[in-house]
Amino acid sequence: MEDKIKKVSIIISKGTLDGVYAGLIMANGARMEGIEANLFFAFFGLDAIIKKRMGKIKVATVGNPGMHMASLLGVLPGMSAMATSMMLKTMDKLDIPPVPEFIEMVVDAGCKLYACKVSVDMFKVKKEDFCPQVDSIITVGDFYEKAAGGEIIFI
Amino acid sequence: MPQKQIGNATIDVDADGFMTNLSQWTRDIAAALAKEEGIAELTAAHWKVIEYMQKEFKENGAVPTVRKINKSGVISTKELYEIFPGGPVKKAARIAGLAKPVGCV
Repeated sequence: MEDKIKKVSIIISKGTLDGVYAGLIMANGARMEGIEANLFFAFFGLDAIIKKRMGKIKVATVGNPGMHMASLLGVLPGMSAMATSMMLKTMDKLDIPPVPEFIEMVVDAGCKLYACKVSVDMFKVKKEDFCPQVDSIITVGDFYEKAAGGEIIFI
Repeated sequence: MPQKQIGNATIDVDADGFMTNLSQWTRDIAAALAKEEGIAELTAAHWKVIEYMQKEFKENGAVPTVRKINKSGVISTKELYEIFPGGPVKKAARIAGLAKPVGCV
């Protein structure tokens, strides 16, 4: 039998609903299996841990063939908000919480959250802009140190 | 269907060792299964979770999620992970004599 996975370090680089949820579900699922988990938020993924943005993560209705609708419709005002709210309702029924509650849940489950230093500098955000569950702002080098001996997943 | 001997009792289990007949479950069996999961002794907090999960399972036919357990007020997510280290829902479900959890969250 293959060796069991003992640790995963997941990079969330997208600020869209699908990007953020993929990372959170993978991290939470790891903890549920007793696997150590780190979440590293980079680039637009930072939105998921920025206090005033984390509750407003949306699904992309433009340039997203997965939506199965004409892109022209996707640009209409409120379209992204409507699609997002419909998806969140479905997810809530499956006990997949909204982003702020999900962040709290994975941290309570023992997952560690980190913000990417270069993204923080680029977007000019500060530690106090982040939700309190964020452990620290770390460099790529620090990330590799924390990820040592485990699997790395990039989203 | 595989069977498993615990003390004087015989229980029906699935391929992953989860009980398939809740009516065969007893507190002694729970204690024995807990030991297999690395939990030396079941405390009052463990029993509260086990009883809640069995009640939910009987009512809804499914093992409750971490979120549901947290919202029930029975135990916080943090404590749940502390008292069932290394996989709370799976371990608790197995000790409670329930089916293997099928959800992703």
